[in-house]
Amino acid sequence: MAAGLFRGPAAPFAKQSNEANAMKHRTFFWFILPTLSAMVLFIALPIVSVFIQSLFVQHEQVLVVSESCGPFGCSETTAIDAGATAKLREEQPLGRFNGFGTYTNRSHLAFAELSDAWRMTESWGAFWDTLMDLPFYKALIFTLTYTFVVTPLVLVLGLAIAVGINKLPTLIKGPSIFVSLLPFLVTPLVGSLILAWMVDGDGIIGATLQIIFDEPSLSLKASATLTWIMLMVYGVWHTLPFSFITFYAGLQTVPKDTLEAAQIDGASKWQSMRHVIVPHLMPLVSFVTLMLLMDNFRVFEPIISFSAQGHAQSLSFYIFNDLRESGNPLYASAGATSMLTILGVMILLGPVLVRTWRDFNSKGH
Amino acid sequence: MLLRKIAIAGTVAGLMGNTAFAGDCGPPGQSVRVLGSDFPAIQAVSGTAKANCEANAGEFTVTLRDNTRDIMNQALTPNPAEYTSVIVANSTLTQLMNDDLVRPLNDLVEKYGTHLNPNQLITIGGDIMAVAFMANSQHLFSRKDILEQAGVEGIPATVDEIVAAAEKIRAAGIMEHPIAMNMKVGWNVGEVFNLFYFAHGGELFKPGSAEPNINNAAGVAALNSIKALAEYAHPDHLSQASNETQALWESGKAALAIMWGSRGGAVLDDEGSTEEVTSNTVLSAAPTAGGGSVPAATLWWDGVTIARNISDEEAEATFAALVGALSAEMVAEHNDDAIWLIDGFEPGPAAAGVAATASGGARPYPMIPYVNLMHNALGAELVDFYKGAESAEDALADVEAAYITAAKEAGFLQ
Repeated sequence: MAAGLFRGPAAPFAKQSNEANAMKHRTFFWFILPTLSAMVLFIALPIVSVFIQSLFVQHEQVLVVSESCGPFGCSETTAIDAGATAKLREEQPLGRFNGFGTYTNRSHLAFAELSDAWRMTESWGAFWDTLMDLPFYKALIFTLTYTFVVTPLVLVLGLAIAVGINKLPTLIKGPSIFVSLLPFLVTPLVGSLILAWMVDGDGIIGATLQIIFDEPSLSLKASATLTWIMLMVYGVWHTLPFSFITFYAGLQTVPKDTLEAAQIDGASKWQSMRHVIVPHLMPLVSFVTLMLLMDNFRVFEPIISFSAQGHAQSLSFYIFNDLRESGNPLYASAGATSMLTILGVMILLGPVLVRTWRDFNSKGH
Repeated sequence: MLLRKIAIAGTVAGLMGNTAFAGDCGPPGQSVRVLGSDFPAIQAVSGTAKANCEANAGEFTVTLRDNTRDIMNQALTPNPAEYTSVIVANSTLTQLMNDDLVRPLNDLVEKYGTHLNPNQLITIGGDIMAVAFMANSQHLFSRKDILEQAGVEGIPATVDEIVAAAEKIRAAGIMEHPIAMNMKVGWNVGEVFNLFYFAHGGELFKPGSAEPNINNAAGVAALNSIKALAEYAHPDHLSQASNETQALWESGKAALAIMWGSRGGAVLDDEGSTEEVTSNTVLSAAPTAGGGSVPAATLWWDGVTIARNISDEEAEATFAALVGALSAEMVAEHNDDAIWLIDGFEPGPAAAGVAATASGGARPYPMIPYVNLMHNALGAELVDFYKGAESAEDALADVEAAYITAAKEAGFLQ
C-alpha cells in the first residue's frame, strides 16, 4: 500500500493547466515513454503471459508401472515416463490448449456444477449450500464480505480519528499521530501472527474471553463466524492508519474562511463537518476508497498467519494454494483465478473510477 | 524389516561401520551444493559430509531451511542446477521425479555405496533414485500417570481404546481435551485421513490408474474414526500442526497424542517441559482402527538424491561426500537425533514408537506421481466434514471432484 501513497493522489488533484493542454503530443510522448515502457514491461506483459498460460493445461502424462522398493519393502507403483513426457513438451512447450476450460471447471466458475444444482435443488437455501461448497465461490464470498465490511469501516473510523486528533492540543498531537500509525508500521504477516497468538485459547485475549464468558472451550479459531469477525477486525486495525493519515493531511487544507463563515451562519459542528469538511475531502475519499478496495480484495496474509484457511479462504489464498500445496504447481488454475481476480477488481473499481473521471472533467473545464 | 534392522543394529555396529571409505571423497576440486530441511538428522548428515570432504572439494555449501519443497523444483531445473543434491522424503522425491530432475544412482552406489544396507536403496523400476538414511512415522504418545489416575489400564492400542481412555480422563475431570492431533487445515488434514484410511484398508487410487478411490466404506469409516478422536481434541485443532501439538504436550495439556516420531526426541529431552511430563511420556505404536491390524500411520524415509542437471564429476563428488557420511561413526555421534537406517544405530526410548509402528505393518506413504494432488484435495475438502457442515459421503465426493479437476489439468486424467 505504501506504493499507493505515491501513485494515487496526483491524478484526482491535478488540474489541467493551460501549459499541460499546450504540451505538444510529441513532447508528451517522450515525457511519458519511460513510465509507459516500464508499465508495459512489468504490468501488461506479465498479465498477458498469465492469461495465455491459463488457456493451456499440461500434456497427457505418459505413465509407466514399475516396482518400487525402499526401507519398508516393495510395492507396485506408477512413475512418469520422463523421456516420452519430455518429447511431448518439446513439441508443444505450452501444453495442451484448453481454451476457457479451466475457467469453467469445478475449481473456478463451475458452470456444470451450478447448472446441475440449479436443476436439482428445490430451494434457494439448498442452492446456496451447493454454491458455498464450490471452492472458488467460497473464496469469492469471503473476499467480497471482507472488502465490503472493512472498506467502509476504515473510511469512517479513519476520518473520525483524523478529526479527533486534529482537535488535540499541539503538545500531544505528535505522539498521538505516531501511536495511531503503529499498526501500519508492523509487517502484515508479523502483525497478524502476533494477534493470532494472542487470540489463541492459551493467549492473553483468548484466555480472557474464556474467563469473561465462563466457557473454557470457547475458541475464536474454531467457529467460522468468529474467525471471519477476527479477520475483519484485524483488517480494520491494520489499514486504519492509512486512511487516518491521508484524511489528516487533507484536514490541514480545509479553508478556514469557509469554516468560519459556516459558524457565523450558525452551523453546528456536525453540520460544518457534513457540509464543509467532507465535501472538501471528497477527492481524498475517492482515492482512499480506491486503494482500500484494491488492498482488501487481495486479502491474504492474515489467513496464513491466523491459520484460518479452514473457515475463510480468499481468492489470493486460493492462488497461493494452487501454486504451493500441490507439489508440482497448477499454473493454469492459478492463472485462471488470477485473471478472475483482476476482473473482480475492475468491476469493483469501476464506479469509483467513473466518479473520479467525472470530477476531474468537471473541474478541468 | 525395520524392526529386524533395529534389533540387529547394535550387534553389527562394531563389525561393519569401521570398514568405511572415510577419506574417499570422489574427484577433487568439485563443487558440492546441498539443499535440505533444517532438522537435527539432516544437520548431522550434511555436517559430517562437509567436515569429511570440504578439503577435497573446491566448494562445499550446505543450505538447510524450512519448506524446501517449495523451491527445490525451481532450483534444480536450470542447467547447471543450483544444488547438486537435495535431501528429500517419500513425497518430495515424487515431486522431483515428476519433472525428471534427479538422476539414477546405480553406478555411484556400486562405486561408493558398498557399506549401505540394501533397504536403504530407494529403487523405482530397477533404478536407484535415492539413498535413505532415516525413518519416521506418526505414532501414539501417552501420559502413563494421567491414564493411571483416570483408571485406564495399560496403553491404548486401538482408536476405540483411545476414545474410551479420553472419555475416562474427561469424566474424571482431569482434562477436558486430552487428545492432541496434527489437524491443521491443508497438508495435515490430508495426512490424518491417509493414516486412518490405510488403517481401514483403503487404497487412494483404483489399481494401476489415476482414478480416485476414496468415496467408499473405508473412507467413511476413516472419517468417523478421526471425528471420534477429534471430539476430545483441543477446540483449535484445525489450526494445530506439529509445533502446536508438541507445545500442548510439553506444557502438560494433553494425555494422548498422535504425533510424528521425529518429535519424540524433542519431547523426551530436558528442554521445554517438566520432569513430570517427560518421565511419564510413553511412546508406542500408532493405534489400529475398525478391528484391523494395520497401524494408523504412514512410514516415511529421508534420503539423498543427486541432481540431473550437473556434471558427472560434481555428481560423483557430491554422492561420495554425502553417502560417505552415512557411517556408523556419524550415527554413534548423533544416535538420538533420528531413527537411523544405518548400521550402528542403537534405538533409544525416542525410537520405540516408530519401531513398533513399522513392525506392526504400517504402510509407507505412497510414491505415486499424482498423490500430491490427492493429498491437496483431501486437505482442502474434508474440513467441511470436521466442522460438521457436511456428511462424510458428501465430503469424500467433493474430494474426488476436486482431485479429478486438478488431475485433468496436470494431465493424469482425461
